[in-house]
Amino acid sequence: MRKTNNLILETAIKVLLFFIVLYSVYIFTAGHYYPGGGFIGGLMTAGAIVLLLITYDIKTVEELLPVNYRILTAIGLLFAIGTSAGSLLFNVPFLTHAFGDVHLPLLGELSLHTATLFDLGVYFVVVGVTMTIIQTIGEDE
Amino acid sequence: MTNLIILPILIPLFTGVILIFLNKRITGQRVVATISSISTMIAAGLIVQKVRTDGIQFLNMSSWDAPFGITLVSDMFSALLVLTTSLISFVCLIYSFKSIGEEREKYYYYAVFNFLLVGVNGAFTTGDIFNLFVFFEVMLMSSYVLLVLGGTKIQLRESIKYLLVNVISSALFVIAVAYLYSVVGTLNMAHISSRINEISVNGMPGILTVIAVLFLIVFGLKGAIFPLYFWMPGSYYAPPTPVLALFGALLTKVGVYSITRTYTLFFYHDIEAFGILSILAILSIVFGVIGAIAYWDIKNIIIYNIIIAVGVILYGVSVMNIASISGAVYYLIHDMIIKAALFLLIGIVIKITGTSNLRNMSGLITRYPGLGWTFFIASLALAGIPPLSGFVGKLLIVQGGFEGESFIGGFITLMSSLLVLFSVMKIFINGFWGKDRIYSGEEKAPVKQLLIAPVILVVISAFYGIGTESILPYITQAAHTLINPNLYIDAVLKE
Repeated sequence: MRKTNNLILETAIKVLLFFIVLYSVYIFTAGHYYPGGGFIGGLMTAGAIVLLLITYDIKTVEELLPVNYRILTAIGLLFAIGTSAGSLLFNVPFLTHAFGDVHLPLLGELSLHTATLFDLGVYFVVVGVTMTIIQTIGEDE
Repeated sequence: MTNLIILPILIPLFTGVILIFLNKRITGQRVVATISSISTMIAAGLIVQKVRTDGIQFLNMSSWDAPFGITLVSDMFSALLVLTTSLISFVCLIYSFKSIGEEREKYYYYAVFNFLLVGVNGAFTTGDIFNLFVFFEVMLMSSYVLLVLGGTKIQLRESIKYLLVNVISSALFVIAVAYLYSVVGTLNMAHISSRINEISVNGMPGILTVIAVLFLIVFGLKGAIFPLYFWMPGSYYAPPTPVLALFGALLTKVGVYSITRTYTLFFYHDIEAFGILSILAILSIVFGVIGAIAYWDIKNIIIYNIIIAVGVILYGVSVMNIASISGAVYYLIHDMIIKAALFLLIGIVIKITGTSNLRNMSGLITRYPGLGWTFFIASLALAGIPPLSGFVGKLLIVQGGFEGESFIGGFITLMSSLLVLFSVMKIFINGFWGKDRIYSGEEKAPVKQLLIAPVILVVISAFYGIGTESILPYITQAAHTLINPNLYIDAVLKE
């Protein structure tokens, strides 16, 4: 069901959406050393998509983002389990992570941590699960 | 290999995720699930051998040393339970192929099935009390899905009850853990035990008895002891047979395991808590027996038999000497195997007759002799007729009870065997003997293929009873660790 009179929301969302998604990516990467991380980042991204759902309707958003959220959840889980299980190859206890400083052109000094990959998994799972729940509830109406 | 003891958790977890991708390809799902189930079994078998030769195994996750990180601990008790779990899940899986139906298979049945195993194996293996809560939740959420999957009216109704009961008990669980943490300041189970030991030098503080009783309520709700079993006959009645067998064989036993673990590791100073446990265990036996005899519905008869078994096992735990604990461990494993077998068998009976009411069936043995005799042997094993597997466990528990001068409990346990035998023989006499009937829709039941799964279990149960001589060293090792908490503590904390 498409609401008729929400021009303000429809205009605002086009700008806001970018900010929300960008900020959620920022929060996600900030989780490296500061408060933040995959969970809250994922929740924020899901929030942005929900805002789209409120403004438009399920069909429009599905055309815009043709994502199967259940598969997204599974991909996220694979990321998380995969990085944790990587420790099996090195014969160190499960979930042990590795990190190190890397020098990259353009970006300069970077400290990379395998926990980020794990966190990326969490991010996908949170987006996937939240959106699955919201879509399921939404479809009932 | 360092990570051996996490494999029974990791393999089903990984499989569960893979199965989400395969959700519309049923054959693919079956193949992947079977391979994973077999490899879990092999891993669990390796763990048992490893613990047998090298003693208690542990794994400090993410390389954080105990007691600061989360530790997984595999002593003989938990290793044996993980092995039994993977065995039962394998058998239930084979049974599911022919009985669960395409609709459920397409809606993530096998994926959730594997997530349930993650929870169960995790709960058996973890050495951290909060992590135990987490694995309980994993297990419960999967069980919610399995219970509601299919969406028949009775399933929806019972799911709501089941959800409510478990949400409340989970809240109590967190409260109990918080209490415990405020007293001892740690979550690692070995560390908790040694701290409790320190503060109990001049007698156990009263607050610890409160915590012990809280834990008994929480795990008792999951394990269905008297008077907390009220939800079980209804909820377990609803789901299809393989799910029922999984729940009946595994979920209640996780509660029993947790009671055994916390009581033998934390509260072994606490005579009052053990007194309460003993009384409740005996009452569970009595009320379970009443239910099992009273009902004329085959599902309900077996469900009430779960309550009896839980009572018998916990009675063995509450006496707390080497004979009774060995008996409890032995009987726990026996009961997991034989309950799964019985549930699968009555599932076949229901498939043939289309009813679970005993009054509407008779004479099944004329045309289904294999089913009849398998059921007969399973009933004898359940009641504990030597040389089948129920006998040794009960013998040890009763022996322990008499040694511990708890004559009433020992006597009730003995008497309960007779009545258990009566309750299952009632099914045999009324359902299998008598005049042969024709049931509508029975041609459709793939009895021969379905029968494979319970026959595997009954054969294993028979070997478990006959081969007691070679199995008993494993059981004694498990009981030995439970009786001497210091073995557990030393293994985890002093390395």
